[in-house]
Amino acid sequence: MSEPVIAAAVREITFGQAVREALAEEMRRDPAVFIIGEDVAEAGTPFKVLSGLVEEFGRDRVIDSPISEAGITGLAVGAAMTGMRPVVDIMFGDFITLAMDQIANQAAKVHYMSGGKLKVPMVVRTTLGATRRSAAQHSQSLQAWVSHVPGLKVALPSTPYDAKGLWKTAIRDDNPVVIFEDKLMYQLKGPVPEGEYTIPFGTADVKREGRDITIVATSSMVQVALQAADLLAPLGISAEVVDPRTTVPLDARTLVESARKTSRVIVMDEGYQRYGVTAELAAVIAEGAFHYLDAPVTRLGAMDVPVPFSPVLEDLTVPTPERVVTAAKTLCGRA
Amino acid sequence: MSRDQWLQMYAQMLRIRVFEEHVNELYTSAKMPGLAHLYIGQEAVAVGVCQALRSDDYITSTHRGHGHCLAKGASVDRMFAELLGKAPGYCGGKGGSMHIADQERGNLGANAIVAGSSGIATGAALAAKRQGSDRVAVCFFGEGGVGQGILYEVMNLAALWTLPVIYVCENNLYNEYTHYTETTAGDLLLRPRAFGIFAEEVDGQDVRAVHAAASRAVARARRGEGPAFLLCQTYRFLGHHVGDISRAYYRTKDEELRYKAERDPLRILTRWLVAERMAAPEEFARAEQQVRAEVAAGLQFALAAPYPDPGEVDRDVYA
Repeated sequence: MSEPVIAAAVREITFGQAVREALAEEMRRDPAVFIIGEDVAEAGTPFKVLSGLVEEFGRDRVIDSPISEAGITGLAVGAAMTGMRPVVDIMFGDFITLAMDQIANQAAKVHYMSGGKLKVPMVVRTTLGATRRSAAQHSQSLQAWVSHVPGLKVALPSTPYDAKGLWKTAIRDDNPVVIFEDKLMYQLKGPVPEGEYTIPFGTADVKREGRDITIVATSSMVQVALQAADLLAPLGISAEVVDPRTTVPLDARTLVESARKTSRVIVMDEGYQRYGVTAELAAVIAEGAFHYLDAPVTRLGAMDVPVPFSPVLEDLTVPTPERVVTAAKTLCGRA
Repeated sequence: MSRDQWLQMYAQMLRIRVFEEHVNELYTSAKMPGLAHLYIGQEAVAVGVCQALRSDDYITSTHRGHGHCLAKGASVDRMFAELLGKAPGYCGGKGGSMHIADQERGNLGANAIVAGSSGIATGAALAAKRQGSDRVAVCFFGEGGVGQGILYEVMNLAALWTLPVIYVCENNLYNEYTHYTETTAGDLLLRPRAFGIFAEEVDGQDVRAVHAAASRAVARARRGEGPAFLLCQTYRFLGHHVGDISRAYYRTKDEELRYKAERDPLRILTRWLVAERMAAPEEFARAEQQVRAEVAAGLQFALAAPYPDPGEVDRDVYA
């Protein structure tokens, strides 16, 4: 299904509502879909994103589990292999470490190891993002961990529209998909059409067109990139913001085309910079657009430190619009 | 149980034994890539349990999984082909000895992460229950698996939600090269019982005892009475893997000889069948001839089979 043209008077809903709406629609459509996680039912998760689903679908399909990330993820792998379509809710992205064997060694490998006979159509839903003053074990953005493992797909929605469309695609996908949601984005409002749509994985979205510099940004960093583009415009620097939307599969072509057009690139992702998503994006662009680039690709990820608690320190660890502007001015010879 | 059914179980145990002997030979003659973890000595567990299952019931298996696969109905030719990394293998050569899956017979795959499949088996049981079927799922794991946390997470889930899953712990006494008493505190059976899971200890060398206990556990699960745990006391006649030849530093030759002489599951069954006058020694000889011919033919098939097309390397990464 292709993306419909958004009508002028389209309604606006929040990112959280878009996620909930996608789940509700898919659960109505397919009885094999169920949600399992800690406090997903009556509590609707600590972020209240799933509120109301248990009332419509019952406790057999919105299952409150013990605090057992490995166990529920493993259970979901087995259920997915035998005809169900589970959605596993891992409350904080930091906690996927507890489920990592089941994600990386089981879910990701079952299809290949079985010579293509068994399938694992499941979604792991989790969060990313710092600056909520939650300190080192509730603030990480670990999308690079799962993007590294063949067999997994990884989606990083940055708008309510993308959240709904990517979620519906994820549930219908026959592979294990990990979706990271930015915890600070749940109240973000945006246009989401009433009708049915999905967004295919591996299709980047140009969030803002520009001529002078490309800013490739994922999830939480898309809003930062758009704010930076606003700040750059009066300086005479026209920035293009490209959101890959999925790191796996990656729409390398759209990224490279934009880089070839503007000749200068910043890549942004809230994961740790070292060996991170930004490293892969920079490499893909360097390989595909080297001769078109006026300068090396600039990476902007999270500082390579455990996320500190003190707001004064925490705010130093993530890219800000001001830091993007500084980097862009340097790349454009305007520093 | 009829005479024919006991003879069938004998043939199945023998098929595993002879298959494994050939695997050992393949390794020592350098015809097989990688390693294999042999099941010889433990045959009564896989056969006793799988004979209590229907073909549409699920199993998950371990790195020492050839016995489980064969007992659930896999054929030796495609098993050998998988072990040799050949195209007609159960996984097209992509899984190998430690990852044989046979979806058509409910085998959800052998798993090389210790206790790594306990979640999968429990999830399959959840799916069976949710889909309104009376299928059950069996999770085979060694006593080394009780060291893994996920096992307790999923036993808790299975008990909470009354899932039709049977955890079959094969205590072959050794976590790789270490006796289990050095790694396992307290009474092992109290662990499942702490969750309220029905648990039994079984002589894993006696296929009749295993079959009886497994039948009880399966019947309970089918009736909706929830999970069970079978602790099968068994013995690994050979090393941790085919290359584990010098074992004196972790167990004595005497111990091995004693188990082989007194606790061989094949001999325990044949002795009983003869004593009960249900079978004559010639019948075992005849069965052995048939099994040996079948295994030899299966091996020839696999040796002659083609390797996968190089283009297969990046197929099936995604469905």
